[in-house]
Amino acid sequence: MTEDLSRSTVTTQEQVIDEEKRREAERTFRAAPQLSKSPLHGLWALTNRDLVKWYKNPIQLVISLVQPVVWLGLFGSAFNLGNFVPKTEFEATFGATNYISYLGAGMLAFIILFTAAFSGMSVVWDRRFGFMNKALSTPVGRGSIVVGKIMQSTIRSLIQAAIVLVIAVVLSMDTTHFGVLTVGGSFVMLFLMSFGLSSLFVMLALRSSDWQTQMAIINLLNLPLLFASNAMLPVAIMPGWLQSVVRYNPVSYAVDGVRQMLLGSASITNYSVLAPLWVDFGVLVVFAALLSILGIILSWRLLTK
Amino acid sequence: MSQQAIVKVQGLTKVFGQLKAVDGVSFEVEEGEIFGFLGPNGAGKTTTINMLTTLLRASGGTATIDGLDIHKHPNEVRRTVGVVPQEYTADEDLTGIQNIILCADLYGLPRSNSKPHAVELLKLVGLEDAAERKVSTYSGGMRRRLELASGLINYPKLLFLDEPTLGLDVQTRTAVWDYIRMLKVEYKMTLFLTTHYLEEADSLCDRIAIIDHGHIVKIGTPGELKASIGGDVIVVGVAETGPDISADIKSIPLVKDVKKTDHEYRIKSEVGEESSIQIIDLVRSRGLHVTKISLTKPTLDEAYLELTGRSIRDEETNKMDMFKQRVTMMRARR
Ligand SMILES: Nc1ncnc2c1ncn2[C@@H]1O[C@H](COP(=O)(O)OP(=O)(O)O)[C@@H](O)[C@H]1O
Ligand SMILES: [Mg+2]
Repeated sequence: MTEDLSRSTVTTQEQVIDEEKRREAERTFRAAPQLSKSPLHGLWALTNRDLVKWYKNPIQLVISLVQPVVWLGLFGSAFNLGNFVPKTEFEATFGATNYISYLGAGMLAFIILFTAAFSGMSVVWDRRFGFMNKALSTPVGRGSIVVGKIMQSTIRSLIQAAIVLVIAVVLSMDTTHFGVLTVGGSFVMLFLMSFGLSSLFVMLALRSSDWQTQMAIINLLNLPLLFASNAMLPVAIMPGWLQSVVRYNPVSYAVDGVRQMLLGSASITNYSVLAPLWVDFGVLVVFAALLSILGIILSWRLLTK
Repeated sequence: MSQQAIVKVQGLTKVFGQLKAVDGVSFEVEEGEIFGFLGPNGAGKTTTINMLTTLLRASGGTATIDGLDIHKHPNEVRRTVGVVPQEYTADEDLTGIQNIILCADLYGLPRSNSKPHAVELLKLVGLEDAAERKVSTYSGGMRRRLELASGLINYPKLLFLDEPTLGLDVQTRTAVWDYIRMLKVEYKMTLFLTTHYLEEADSLCDRIAIIDHGHIVKIGTPGELKASIGGDVIVVGVAETGPDISADIKSIPLVKDVKKTDHEYRIKSEVGEESSIQIIDLVRSRGLHVTKISLTKPTLDEAYLELTGRSIRDEETNKMDMFKQRVTMMRARR
């Protein structure tokens, strides 16, 4: 740090513009190339910027994994709920052979929901620290700015979900139904959920440069989206009013689809299942498509004041 | 004005709620000149730049940049101009070169070109040794130069600089001025800058528009603006109270105004150097003894005071501006 400071002072003081350097720069400068007019130019650059910042700072990844791992370890392994209920009854209600398997699928949704929630925060920081204005003064598509944010959040959350899945398996999640199709299919569903939720949170942040408001929005939406879903507990044991709320929560459909594929819930009993697999899938496709399109439309209107 | 105008602005207006931040400004910027917007905080400088660089939608009026209408062809305008905003915009977690290449990608510059170009620009602003360091380790002057380099990444014909030396120490400020002059001289670039430093406008700009409360008060070269307050002030001290020769002094060519106090004549002249000799001759020829003589050139400070009715240092700012400015200045000092 001290070294950096002294170096910067030195550079500040030797301000003479080197004649040779100037000529050299001038040569490249005159050869202005054609700028790309593709509507998607810069999209990957924007996405990659956030990803680079993320993997260069692994602490962030570790912190984001703490909560799901604690849930899995504490409620999944230590107080295995399955121990308190007769086995057949447990399987019928939960559609899983043990609670950690049930919770494992829920935790995949948990980590995706929480990562998506903070995608809006990164928009707020970009506004706050001026980067947003820089991007807006370039010809990059306004939609690309939004989609880049959604994509970086989706990619991050899928990587984190994969890590959570491995941890759940290590903590004895039931893998009898695992296969290329079921795991791949689950991640397609998680992708759709992440894309939709990230769009939602990015959209809510488009106009804001105030992180307190954004925090409040995250808190307001996150816990209800998590607890008014089947991520932790089966719908069947919830009170009637909550059951109807759960049915309007897109998170429930992702969790339901993932459980049907990873745990074969549908083959254990129909009781635990929220909807047929194709319905889960359809709901998520519509959810992701609607919210991302809405996000892009809003970005055209809201990013320029 | 001339056909060479690269920026043409007619009645540009921006209203925020009740506040007319920019109230029908009209001006032209000639190709190849350094044009300055001089005004106190809150005058509407940034708002004007934001409209011209398509960050803000104008509430009224029109503007073209290099013949492109800012409302009809915003993307073409963005490709044509470079922007160095008031606040620092670089990503602190990335290195200098990563920041510039990111900018190049956002402009759609081919990678084959953007990498060597980024290196050249970093050299140009003297940051080649710091290119691989995270921006969070940069000093204020280095950050400013990095912003300057990223503003140049798309080979702009016209560069907007919003308060390019805000919060910098005097030495770094003169260095930034050098870079700006070089862009004009070497690259024949047109520069549009805003400032609330009189010295900066005076030493850097070919023409200045004084802006206050969203209105352009006066446009002209620094010399014209200074001349508009009535010229140089000559003070001639005389030894004893003799006859009042004010009327005679006034008849000397170029003299515009004469005031007499007990032992002094305060004379305003368009060209002080010429008049002062004639004045001394005249005073002596009337048998008066000259005890002292002083010649003061008008400063932009005085011109500003005369045109706006207040000194530029009585700044009125709202809280958000103050906050933003403090953040920028804090980061500049690091
Ligand atoms: N987004 C905004 N909303 C409301 N008022 C604003 C906004 N941006 C600027 N203003 C107001 O417009 C006026 C001009 O601001 P600005 O152009 O930033 O001034 P300058 O750059 O000359 O200091 C100020 O009074 C400022 O408070
Ligand atoms: Mg400003």
